[in-house]
Amino acid sequence: MSQQSGDGFGPDLAEVFGPAHSDGGPELVQLLTPEGERLHHPEFDLDFSAEELRGFYRDMVLTRRLDVEATALQRHGELGIWAQLLGQEAAQIGAGRALRPQDHVFPTYREHGVAWCRGIDPLQLLGLFRGVDHGSWDPEERHFGLYTIVIGAQCLHAVGYAMGMQRDGDVGTGDPDRDAAVLAHFGDGASSQGDVNESFIFAASYNAPVVFFCQNNQWAISEPIERQSRIPLYQRALGFGFPGIRVDGNDVLATYAVTRAALQRARDGQGPTFVEAYTYRMGAHTTTDDPTRYRLSDDVERWKLRDPIARVEVYLKRNGLVDEAFLEAVAEEADQLGATLREGCKALPDPAPLSMFDHVYAEMTEELAAQRDGYAAYRETFEGGVA
Amino acid sequence: MSQRVTLAKALNMGLRRAMEDDDKVLLMGEDVGKLGGVFRITDGLQKDFGEDRVIDSPLAESGIVGTAVGLAMRGYRPVVEIQFDGFVYPAYDQIVCQVAKIHYRSRGRVKMPMVIRIPYGGGIGAVEHHSESPEAQFAHTPGLKVVTCSNPVDGYWMIQQAIACDDPVVFLEPKRQYHADKADLDDQATPDPLFTSRIVRPGTDATLISYGPMVKTAMKAAEAAATEGRSLEVVDLRTLSPLDMTPVLDSVRRTGRAVVTHEAHVNLGMGAEVAARITEECFYSLEAPVLRVGGFDTPYPASRIEEDFLPDLDRVLDAVDRSFDY
Repeated sequence: MSQQSGDGFGPDLAEVFGPAHSDGGPELVQLLTPEGERLHHPEFDLDFSAEELRGFYRDMVLTRRLDVEATALQRHGELGIWAQLLGQEAAQIGAGRALRPQDHVFPTYREHGVAWCRGIDPLQLLGLFRGVDHGSWDPEERHFGLYTIVIGAQCLHAVGYAMGMQRDGDVGTGDPDRDAAVLAHFGDGASSQGDVNESFIFAASYNAPVVFFCQNNQWAISEPIERQSRIPLYQRALGFGFPGIRVDGNDVLATYAVTRAALQRARDGQGPTFVEAYTYRMGAHTTTDDPTRYRLSDDVERWKLRDPIARVEVYLKRNGLVDEAFLEAVAEEADQLGATLREGCKALPDPAPLSMFDHVYAEMTEELAAQRDGYAAYRETFEGGVA
Repeated sequence: MSQRVTLAKALNMGLRRAMEDDDKVLLMGEDVGKLGGVFRITDGLQKDFGEDRVIDSPLAESGIVGTAVGLAMRGYRPVVEIQFDGFVYPAYDQIVCQVAKIHYRSRGRVKMPMVIRIPYGGGIGAVEHHSESPEAQFAHTPGLKVVTCSNPVDGYWMIQQAIACDDPVVFLEPKRQYHADKADLDDQATPDPLFTSRIVRPGTDATLISYGPMVKTAMKAAEAAATEGRSLEVVDLRTLSPLDMTPVLDSVRRTGRAVVTHEAHVNLGMGAEVAARITEECFYSLEAPVLRVGGFDTPYPASRIEEDFLPDLDRVLDAVDRSFDY
């Protein structure tokens, strides 16, 4: 399959890029090793205060708890389905905390950690997966779009929104409270989609202030990254005419630093950046999935050693930046969150049946109003009538 | 002020006026800027409104519609041009899964005031994919509104009304009418509301229901029938979703006979919906079953035989004759 060197078509791809499925390779931006050792990087080094580090830790612990509770709620039949993020906490908290209030996020359906950073009530995430609505938060108020299920479709919305920011004069003014950028999330599987590739082209053509944040968790349901790409994903960006960076997606410091720099570049009017957060989906694609059918437990065990939370905890402890009281307080907070989610999820009310007719259109049509009224009258013929 | 204009010119004038009235209106599509669109509908607009408002886009239909979704979320009113009907399908997912559903999904928090302009239909001798009539595919999608104009006056007003509408509108332009006829356009007139159908020729013996490119054929059929002593009423639907059935039902109650005609394939086409609703509402007024005349259930054929595919005056009159045979 691979091209041979000396055949006139250039060198063997594997020689140039190395195996696609690796530990991330030497190009990986990393600021905190899995062993909790702090590294320094010539371009993306930052100083973090103890408070910031403890904040990252807390966010990741609580996000993981949200994910674990939601998975359990699905197992108990309280959610129809859940898209797990286990293992991807650092990628999401790092990216989410790099945002400014005026930036806008376009998520997929797995961005629970980014949603957490945007102040979305986790119960609103559960509501979507429980089936009481399609997402109940206000995208403009939170600057966080509704979850998009169609793979990669939101990347085009992100670019269009960024083009709107340009036209509004909110890019490159030098005013830190005004200049804005868009953060577009997607996964390695989505990188195969036409919409994602078209979004790269439009972003490059119009120099749109957008950061494409790909969480390469190695698997598109059962299809490994090798089936998606023969080269490391971040290197694709060059072909579209903008920079691509691979960052250790299990390193919250590195994802924060890289995303922060890429967002600032966009806000300054320098155009799009592709960030590949190299990580691993420790759980299933969704709760309907069985990853033991398609992947080796060795891989999972190997990635467990790169856990995004453990390395921060080790670093904090080793450097005397936390005490037991802090760790216990976070654990207690996680327990409270779990209890709140368990009770709150079950208490989410089902929508009124006739609400299905609301908001199909901004201007209701007569024919739809007639259907609604007809169904209401029909329900009236039963005991209990319209809810 | 009144002037005689083609449909192409009327649409151009309508777009210009909409852009003058609201600086959030943007045009976007392949070749819409410097070239003025392959049909020149956007001619001169980039020169006057600039590249930020008349945006020449990369050749990618899903990209055009998908980025327009983002612009609409940001408060703009994008008007996108799909160059030809048969090229809309790469954008179909964005249109039916995103454009149509974002208002619903967001419980009304996010409006999607977008217009998707599609030159549609045949009769221009084009190659494959340039002559299709996909209206039923969009009319079948809740969340979209679908309209089509049949003449320059409607074209001028309807494009402005579609742009002003807070719902996404698929705006179908009958391309074979772009340069066919001129009409007197009074830009101070009061137009009919957008989502209404209209009786365009009164008659007493049967109702011909049509829209877009076929309205002209229906009118010719009515003229020919008149010479044979039959009075046909012609309804221009103008709006396909929502359907405005009131003028249609009123007419059929008077005439007792209905023939629906369109260029699109008959099977599961707009004619099926119109016929079903007439049957539900006017069953006891009908002297004959509602008949349909449309394109055959084949892919659009090679252009040398498209005249056999497209319903013409004779096929419409033949259906009228059959209606009177009952």
